[in-house]
Amino acid sequence: MRREYIIIDEAGLHARPASLLVQAAGKFPNNILIEYKDKKLTLKSIMAVMSLGVPQKAVIAIEVEGDNPLEVFASLEKILQEHNLV
Amino acid sequence: MIIKGIGASDGIAINKVFKLEPVNIVISEDKITDITNEITKLNNAIKTSVEELQVIRDKTALKLDEEHAMIFDAHIQIATDPEIARQVEDMIKSDKMNSAQAFSVVSEMFAQMFENMDNDYMKERAVDVRDVSLRVIAHILGKKLNDPTLIDEEVIVVANDLTPSDTAQLDRKFVKGFITNIGGRTSHSAIMARSLEIPAIVGTKNILENVNDGDFVILDGETGTVVINPSNKDIVEYKKKNTEHQQQKALWAKYIDKPSITTDNKVVELAANIGSPDDIESVINNGGEGVGLYRTEFLYMNNDNFPTEDEQYVAYKMVLESLKNSKVVIRTLDIGGDKHLDYLKMDEELNPFLGHRALRLCLERTDLFKTQLRALLRSSIYGNLHIMFPMVALLTELRTAKTILEECKIELKNEGIKYSDDIKVGIMVEIPAVAILADQFAKEVDFFSIGTNDLIQYTFAADRMNQKVSYLYQPYNPSLLRLIKLVIDASHKEGIWTGMCGEMAGDQIAAPILLGLGLDEFSMSASSILQTRYLFSKLSFTKMEAMAKKCLTFGTHEEVKEYVKKTLKGEK
Repeated sequence: MRREYIIIDEAGLHARPASLLVQAAGKFPNNILIEYKDKKLTLKSIMAVMSLGVPQKAVIAIEVEGDNPLEVFASLEKILQEHNLV
Repeated sequence: MIIKGIGASDGIAINKVFKLEPVNIVISEDKITDITNEITKLNNAIKTSVEELQVIRDKTALKLDEEHAMIFDAHIQIATDPEIARQVEDMIKSDKMNSAQAFSVVSEMFAQMFENMDNDYMKERAVDVRDVSLRVIAHILGKKLNDPTLIDEEVIVVANDLTPSDTAQLDRKFVKGFITNIGGRTSHSAIMARSLEIPAIVGTKNILENVNDGDFVILDGETGTVVINPSNKDIVEYKKKNTEHQQQKALWAKYIDKPSITTDNKVVELAANIGSPDDIESVINNGGEGVGLYRTEFLYMNNDNFPTEDEQYVAYKMVLESLKNSKVVIRTLDIGGDKHLDYLKMDEELNPFLGHRALRLCLERTDLFKTQLRALLRSSIYGNLHIMFPMVALLTELRTAKTILEECKIELKNEGIKYSDDIKVGIMVEIPAVAILADQFAKEVDFFSIGTNDLIQYTFAADRMNQKVSYLYQPYNPSLLRLIKLVIDASHKEGIWTGMCGEMAGDQIAAPILLGLGLDEFSMSASSILQTRYLFSKLSFTKMEAMAKKCLTFGTHEEVKEYVKKTLKGEK
């Protein structure tokens, strides 16, 4: 399952929320990926996420493989919204 | 073995050495043979690093706050990152690369990737990656990273130099003293040691090279003597001296609630220099009669951006409130010279001490200046505020600064925000041009405060950061004393007071001369106040006046020093 988001934070997807996303993703057994500009990497690695260098106004996609994808999205979207990223 | 340095903060400490120095890490290119063993080594190093980071994280949360602690959460995340681990393991397996080298290659690749990003925030993250990488690699190589937050037993810290932030990180419960290779009595680490009230010696040149971790040393902050691996006899002797020192302090402590008065009833004011609201406790515990210098730059230096008007207001209000009606002199931003802000880009200067600093900078960046002045004005209703401008050279600079202050008052009035109508405005006298023209300046200010460290450096044209010219730091030189006399006399003629907020005010030889020259206020490290009050209580002002007058007739620093020592011996 795949969902797209537009990042609105001035600093883009920066370290603090990125690290929270990675922490949250790590709690699920699912394979979770983040895609930006044709690059698709694991959302379970802070290095991978930060290496994407997602700036403001970027369109990113998150892909969740495996069971209960909605539960995973709910957890991730909560962080995105709480930090005014989307 | 005995090593001599400059006594920076009184007291005696007898403890083990903890060396605080950058670790020297050499990564070899040796190939490995046992892959499983190498991966175990890597995982163990990561595990130890995470454990350490967890300790640092928790301590930071306790000492500072959760927000600062989160930096170390991020470090833990980097250390345990699956992507780094995957790539490092790949290199170990396919290239038989040793784990230290592999970790260094992979983390450096990420660090450079961040550095090349078109985003300042991400660029800074490269620092985090390198920091974590250094820690993990040190553990792979079996080396210890010297992290002051990890100290958990009583020690004496030995370092090449300590930055203000290093010093701030030292836990007073465990750090019983420190000794450095470089620095002088007026370097930041020395000043910090006195305000933390821990014994310290600076400028030993080679202590770091002469001790090992765990060596036992005696540190005598009064004489600047370090005894390395002392004999039992030495220990007994210094313990005795320590007891005497404590007894002396107990004697001085009796003067905590007494006025600062000479035998012939001349009353002066003994105030303290502070760097943050945290220092107020020490001012009160040492019987300070007020604050003669609040260095606001620490508010800016311990920050990753300019402190907002509200942040500053809270700090100033706290100081003013906790000192009730006592005088508080707050100095506006004094940045430049040896003090920099990471977030404020300044031009490279050939002579930063003679450059675009302090008030000069504020008059150009009126936005920053106004933010601070507004915060000061708003806080003024909570106490007895004195605003002081640093590094004034010209009357026109003073006038411009005062005009901006007036503009801020009008702004606040229009916004319906209250401020006191009894705020005093004064200047630091630290440039000889001002001392010489003090009679003119005195007509336009409410007070003077002489900043001796800079006044000495500018009078003798000697960079105070340069050890080779440190012999020119001559607080007793008659030329300096004459300048000081000019300032004091000019202020009295206009009915205003002169204080001193440099190190000299608490110096036990200089203070009696200054007393004799008619100085009204002495502002010093809080820890020197009681000792000075005790000293003054034994002196006669009339005699000190005569002594000071005589000092002005000498030709050299040494002659003054000898004469004052001799005179004081007869007095006490």
